[in-house]
Amino acid sequence: MSAGTNKIAVTVTDIIEVNQLVKRFKFERTGGGDLPVFSGGAHTVVEMLDKEITRLNPYSIMSDPMDQNAYTISVRRDDKGRGGSLFMHHQVRVGDEMVISYPVNLFALDLRAKKHLMIAGGIGITPFLAQIKQLTTLQYHFELHYSVRNNTVGSYVDELTSFYPKNTHIYYSDDGQSIDLEQLLDGQPLGTHVYICGPKDMITWVYETAESMGWPREVIHYEEFLAPQSGKPFEVLLEQSNKTIQVGEHQSLLEAMEAADVDAPYLCRGGACGQCETNVISSEGQFIHRDHWLDDEQRKSGKKIMPCVSRFEGKSLVLDR
Amino acid sequence: MSKFKFPNSIISRPVYGVLKPRNGKSHLMIADAEGAEALFEIAASNTAIMAKSHILYFPKNTGQSYIKKLEKLNAAQLYIGPSYEASVSRLRRVLEDAHVGLQVYLTGTESLIGQAMQEIVAAGIPHTAIQTEHRGSVARRMQCVHCKGITEDVVTDPFVCSHCGLHLFVRDHYSRRHAAFQGVCVDAENPGDIPDPVELYS
Amino acid sequence: MSIQFKKETFRNDYTFKNSQWAIDRFPFPFHEDSYMYSVNMEQHQGGPAGSVFEKRFDVDEHYLAEMEDRALVLAEDPLRCQSLPHMTLAGWDLLELIMVSKSEDYPDLFQLHREGNNWRWINKPMKIDDQFVFMDETTLPYGPMEYITRQTQGDFAVLDQRDDNLWMDAGMVTTQADWSLDFDIGMNFFEWHAPVPKAHEMGIFVRALKFLLNIQQGSPARRLNWTMTVNPLLDTSPENYHKWGVEKSTLTVENVGEKQHLRVELQTFFRLPRSNALVFPIRCYLIRLEELVTVPKWGRRLHRIIRDLPEELATYKGFISNRPMIQEYLSGFDDGQPTSDGIWPD
Repeated sequence: MSAGTNKIAVTVTDIIEVNQLVKRFKFERTGGGDLPVFSGGAHTVVEMLDKEITRLNPYSIMSDPMDQNAYTISVRRDDKGRGGSLFMHHQVRVGDEMVISYPVNLFALDLRAKKHLMIAGGIGITPFLAQIKQLTTLQYHFELHYSVRNNTVGSYVDELTSFYPKNTHIYYSDDGQSIDLEQLLDGQPLGTHVYICGPKDMITWVYETAESMGWPREVIHYEEFLAPQSGKPFEVLLEQSNKTIQVGEHQSLLEAMEAADVDAPYLCRGGACGQCETNVISSEGQFIHRDHWLDDEQRKSGKKIMPCVSRFEGKSLVLDR
Repeated sequence: MSKFKFPNSIISRPVYGVLKPRNGKSHLMIADAEGAEALFEIAASNTAIMAKSHILYFPKNTGQSYIKKLEKLNAAQLYIGPSYEASVSRLRRVLEDAHVGLQVYLTGTESLIGQAMQEIVAAGIPHTAIQTEHRGSVARRMQCVHCKGITEDVVTDPFVCSHCGLHLFVRDHYSRRHAAFQGVCVDAENPGDIPDPVELYS
Repeated sequence: MSIQFKKETFRNDYTFKNSQWAIDRFPFPFHEDSYMYSVNMEQHQGGPAGSVFEKRFDVDEHYLAEMEDRALVLAEDPLRCQSLPHMTLAGWDLLELIMVSKSEDYPDLFQLHREGNNWRWINKPMKIDDQFVFMDETTLPYGPMEYITRQTQGDFAVLDQRDDNLWMDAGMVTTQADWSLDFDIGMNFFEWHAPVPKAHEMGIFVRALKFLLNIQQGSPARRLNWTMTVNPLLDTSPENYHKWGVEKSTLTVENVGEKQHLRVELQTFFRLPRSNALVFPIRCYLIRLEELVTVPKWGRRLHRIIRDLPEELATYKGFISNRPMIQEYLSGFDDGQPTSDGIWPD
């Protein structure tokens, strides 16, 4: 099967500056018509035609999953990133036509849960916004603990506290407030599932604390999309396609393959879903593994790489693509 | 011998391990018959755990053999009941007040492990997070796929369904939801052609 | 063309037969002269006009008779349709998928009118005209999955996706190749396939699961599977095996062409949007050997397949004792000529 998912042609119909760091984009189907419904926690991959580079970045869809008129996403500006968020912030205008993927959910709710306990940090709030709308429709029980720097950059804090005052707990780190995690995790009824979306440190903190308190791994859910990082350029031989490609400093290996018209599957483009896993035929040098997918043994073997986020430094690399 | 090593089988057939103490504020241990021996071993490996443990124990045919020693474990709560069936409402009540982080240990016969697991999974603990260790009898709890009746303590293959009377062969296909293996009519294609019963694992 | 629905039975007097139209479009499952398990998935985005692959949910001349047979099975054993509580949302997803697909693909037979959540569903062949509120179970006579699958040919397994696995947490299963929903409900992908010989060792299920977990909204997939059934019995269930098993022993040299059927499953896979569940429709097509051998390529090829099938597979598929008779019958239609690649008749 071909790479990725089906695509949807959309038009940007609204751009809202949520605060100094975050902009919200509204997409409607170009030419009218319904967008697919989706499940809370799903993301879409947005294609950005940035001069000669095609950027493909995943963003959680934050709008009501049942609303087929429009999807909305929130983009946090990353001034040190490779340029995707800067493109969205500076280049995209209302009326622009763009292409997005069908929704893909790698952070689904477990609908068996008797209670959904959500822990969000910063822009990690976005998947929860859609999940909360879905859980409210279904009349499920949820509780949100949301940590932000302060009210000025706390996206959607006011909306959440006014719509869901009983379920929402906000923590301002600038004011020295923080989630008392052990207290929070202690005494949750059987059947509670915990969901985490935020910075890597937060995910690790919650996961490890919950595990040490005897929480089964099946009730701990998290989502962290890694953005590919820049690095030294390198050369790769793709054996199946019989092509030698150059991976640029600010380009990912996956993007370099796509630029060379090599069919490379993907879903999340953030090191989480496993779809782009690629066999290494031979290598002389060092892998820079950055994904969440491969285990230590696979990394040590030198036989696998996740081209969406991982890189290579050394003499030669031959891949089975 | 209270320990039996089951031969490798198909993937749906439960595989049992060895109980190990785990992190947690409270612990629930359910055992029958020779399962008591597995509790002694876990208590010996971690003496602190018993003060946070609730034990439900059913002696079955072992009578008083393990009772004294169980009492000496000084568990936070020790309940000794006449049968698992009689304890189900008590177990459900205990689970109502339980919190995520409760560690569950099941040991003894496959029937007990399976049935207790049904309740605990229904209460919200994933089955993979529940520890199990088989001890004692290898008798099976079988569901007749035809009449849906459960026959307990099956020790031969084939056997007679205690509800509908069909002769059933013993499959290794196992349902956690029924806490039972599947029994299927042995002479459906050639009625009356019933093989002699053979003892399981003989 | 409009479909001529047949009045026929899949039990007792077994009046089921295929018309020439149905024979011509039969989904013959073998693309070459030998068979071994494979993941053999392809996109389910249409197919040749008139073929069973063309529409998302194929409707054929057996529709009404199959729905009558399903109602009989359910009346006798309501446990053939079950849905664990967390799967109701997936049931609504499925109801929507089928209603939208059928009303678009067969506008002369099915109509769906929607105003917000107020829906009206018209199924002309079954003379159903119902109004209900989408997502409100109390406005339908059955749960959403049961309601729509009582009106749709084929079995349905509705799979929850979690912990990198698929869980059979709901289903409508009355035309199955000898497996029990009541027993298997709640199992994961590897567990419910546990009884299948060889395929685990071959890594088939690991590869298939990986594929299925990544099926996305708007990109359904499909594959064919097959077995052999004596008499056109749709309900070859373990539940009733003590009743139908004996029919396998009624095969004779004289009646094998008439009684022995090739049973083909068109399996499709759709991601369900609201629940993120996966629905796995398993549509059963039956063809008696007499009908099948009217296509010379199929007669030649099926003979070679049956003759060369490993013993374990013939045992698992339940026809090991009848294999010599079937092989003997089919050999009369195999002149040793080469066959062309692919499933289609020459």
